[in-house]
Amino acid sequence: MSHPPFSGPTRRGRCRASPGPERQDATEAASGQNRYTIKIQREITMKFRTLMATAGVVALLGAGAASAQTLVYCSEGSPEGFDPALYTAGTTFDASSHPVYNRLMEFETGTTNVVPGLAESVEASEDGLEYTFKLRQGVKFHSNDIFTPTRDFNADDVIFTFERQRLDDHPYNKVSGGTWEYFDGMSMPDLIKSIEKVDDYTVKFVLNRPEAPFIANMAMDFASIQSAEYADAMMAAGTPEMLNQKPIGTGPFQFVAYQKDAVIRYQKNADYWKDGLPKVDNLVFAITPDASVRYQKLKAGECHIMPYPNPADIQAMKDDEGINVLEQEGLNVGYLAYNTTQPPFDNAKVRKALNMAIDKQAIIDVVFQGAGQIAKNPIPPTMWSYNDAVEDDAYDPEAAKAMLAEEGVSDLSMKIWAMPVQRPYNPNARRMAELMQEDFAKVGVDVEIVSYEWGEYLSRSRELNRDGAVLLGWTGDNGDPDNFLAVLLGCDGVENSNRAQWCHQPFEDLIQKAKVTTDQAERTKLYEEAQVVFKEQAPWATIAHSVVFMPVRPEVEGYKVHPLGGHIFTEVGLAE
Amino acid sequence: MIRYLLARLLTFLPTFLGVTLISFAFIRVLPGDPIIVMAGERGLTEERYAELVRQFGFDQPLPVQFWNYLTGVLQGDLGTSYVTKRPVWDEFFSLFPATLELSICAMIFAVGIGLPAGVIAAVNRGKLFDRALMSTALVGYSMPIFWWALLMIIVFSGNLGWTPVSGRIDLLYFFDSVTGFMLIDSALSGQNGAFTSAVRHLILPTIVLGTIPLAVIARQTRSAMLEVLSEDYIRTARAKGLSPLRINGMHALRNAMIPVITVIGLSVGTLLAGAILTETIFSWPGIGKWMVDSIYRRDYPVVQGGLLLIASMVMIVNLTVDILYGLINPKIRARK
Repeated sequence: MSHPPFSGPTRRGRCRASPGPERQDATEAASGQNRYTIKIQREITMKFRTLMATAGVVALLGAGAASAQTLVYCSEGSPEGFDPALYTAGTTFDASSHPVYNRLMEFETGTTNVVPGLAESVEASEDGLEYTFKLRQGVKFHSNDIFTPTRDFNADDVIFTFERQRLDDHPYNKVSGGTWEYFDGMSMPDLIKSIEKVDDYTVKFVLNRPEAPFIANMAMDFASIQSAEYADAMMAAGTPEMLNQKPIGTGPFQFVAYQKDAVIRYQKNADYWKDGLPKVDNLVFAITPDASVRYQKLKAGECHIMPYPNPADIQAMKDDEGINVLEQEGLNVGYLAYNTTQPPFDNAKVRKALNMAIDKQAIIDVVFQGAGQIAKNPIPPTMWSYNDAVEDDAYDPEAAKAMLAEEGVSDLSMKIWAMPVQRPYNPNARRMAELMQEDFAKVGVDVEIVSYEWGEYLSRSRELNRDGAVLLGWTGDNGDPDNFLAVLLGCDGVENSNRAQWCHQPFEDLIQKAKVTTDQAERTKLYEEAQVVFKEQAPWATIAHSVVFMPVRPEVEGYKVHPLGGHIFTEVGLAE
Repeated sequence: MIRYLLARLLTFLPTFLGVTLISFAFIRVLPGDPIIVMAGERGLTEERYAELVRQFGFDQPLPVQFWNYLTGVLQGDLGTSYVTKRPVWDEFFSLFPATLELSICAMIFAVGIGLPAGVIAAVNRGKLFDRALMSTALVGYSMPIFWWALLMIIVFSGNLGWTPVSGRIDLLYFFDSVTGFMLIDSALSGQNGAFTSAVRHLILPTIVLGTIPLAVIARQTRSAMLEVLSEDYIRTARAKGLSPLRINGMHALRNAMIPVITVIGLSVGTLLAGAILTETIFSWPGIGKWMVDSIYRRDYPVVQGGLLLIASMVMIVNLTVDILYGLINPKIRARK
């Protein structure tokens, strides 16, 4: 689930443009400090209020009709912190970016479509180098025991959010360790030339090169909008790390309290800018790391929703009338990457023949225990531009054997690399490699399975003259096909994230064109075509997309499995 | 007695240094480059790699890294977690009470049942109770904690619904932590039913964590008692016509206590090790779970700092045990 997101070949000569407009002057900061004395009183009232709100309100699950509703989510782990820009783990985003924050653009829950969020609209210039965001007015930030906002969300907050990640000399650049992994990983320092405040409700991003996925990047977790006013107040108080410990955002839920490794509490943001949302009054994360225990808690009614069930429990859950199991393909792909620079794997027909020798259904049954779906394309079916017209190579050992003979390949022996770790796109690489070994033996290809310690595996598999085909996979970041096709199969990724070392000009031309085209319909066509080229050339054997299962209790209404992997409760209600 | 104490304290120092070195070395001998492991499938640029190496101080020679760490430790600075960016010290002490509370309850459970059971078994040597107890103890001793915990949850929480599945207290209750001990905090909170809820949440983890020490203590008590019961002075006591209660309770048990206390002391280590699994299963927010998470995340400062603190706890317990020996058996303190 969690992937540190260093993307492929980023050149990180950060562009250090003007430091950006000053955010607040000294007098404002000082008046901010004065506010704290008043706030000590507030603190007591706040604490009392929170206590009352939570204690009074947390109606026991199953206790029947209650005036205020509390949704309990049995989460799988503790967040690393609450400032999503500092982290890359899905568990952290579930607890921070989704409930507490909004972004300029948002992913529509349940899809990879990008829709306006805190921006009402966005306009791209003709040359694709400038993006102008019109901001939503009247959006309120949360308050807590140490901060009460005096103004609504505006352009200063947008500027602060990105400049702290972009500019080395920004006062917040080094706060809380200052590792902006996702921002860096998505090549944002290279991409953004400057960010300009046009007026209070208009912000212009100037890019160094046209890049269509930029819009989707603005919906990613690292782009969660922080309050510049809160940041200034905390800096003045000497506690800038509070942004990471007591988050303030504009999101549907307001952070109340976190007890490490035990529970996180949120309450409804009554001023939320989307009418009628969120639907429940309180949201509680009961941190429960063991999947079997989560299942027991769900059964006992101690929580409403749980992620990541054990595959072995799914059938029992489906048979249980007290549990509904929602499912969807994950935004990932598991593959076997040949080294296309080494003979005979430089021959597309040989690769194609080997692909035909793999019994993928057996892999789904044995390795995924049913919690997977056969992959025919390098991108998952929940992603826009997925080309369903592409036909998968049929499993046909006889034809594969004949094809290999035709290409003059006999007595072939090869290595298959099996990852030493479990991943959603490949729960058991060793077992998968063994199945392939049997399959390839049937067509006269001798396979040796190799494995290395994970760090070693990752670096060795990048080498250009690597011996053998590598089992690996990918989980999407921003729902944009570019994030799969360019990162994993583009020429820039050779000797890096392109484990097939595959640089095929016709394919490259298509994805490069799609990268600089802003019209989505046109991009869709280009990516569909790229998938056809991919299938002909077969640099990988595409194996599987995982299937994500979400067991929920029957009273849960409106929960949607989100293809980008987040668990989002804004639109979730509870039946009385 | 003072000299004895000082002598014991002196042995503490080299052990402490050794533990510091081992905890420092332990994570560094794990295979693989932690930065590359953290980067995962995506990899990272050479510049970024170099930046992280510098940030984590890996560019310095190991002895220098160790020296920096050691001087930090001696000044009470265990470093800052790479992940949460909070001082290791703060994290440890916000989580340790939960582990301590669970361990104390498990110990009370283990001693409270194990000690009398061992004595009764020894007195009734060879009889049905003795045999039944010893075979049960063997089973308990061999019980895999993970399996045992899940079994208890499925039976008592899942099927019978007697106890809550996991956590420290019902989500209904929400109050600020004062001492970190849920039993005390819940009682102080004054909220109706909070204390009962905390107790109910403690039952299963206590039993699970206490099972192995219980078995060990019962077996150890039994064999120590048997040894003492065959001594001449016991026969003399019997000949004098003392009541069996007085013989077993006063003369035999007191002398049998030395090895038993040793075992109880050693069980503290077992408890902390067992706490890692128990806490993970029961979602118990203690240091066991914290350590496991930080090993997965390769959070060096937390792993080495946590190891050091846990080892220090065990050392303190051992020291206490040594002092207890002296109190129970005057011969030991006289020897030194």
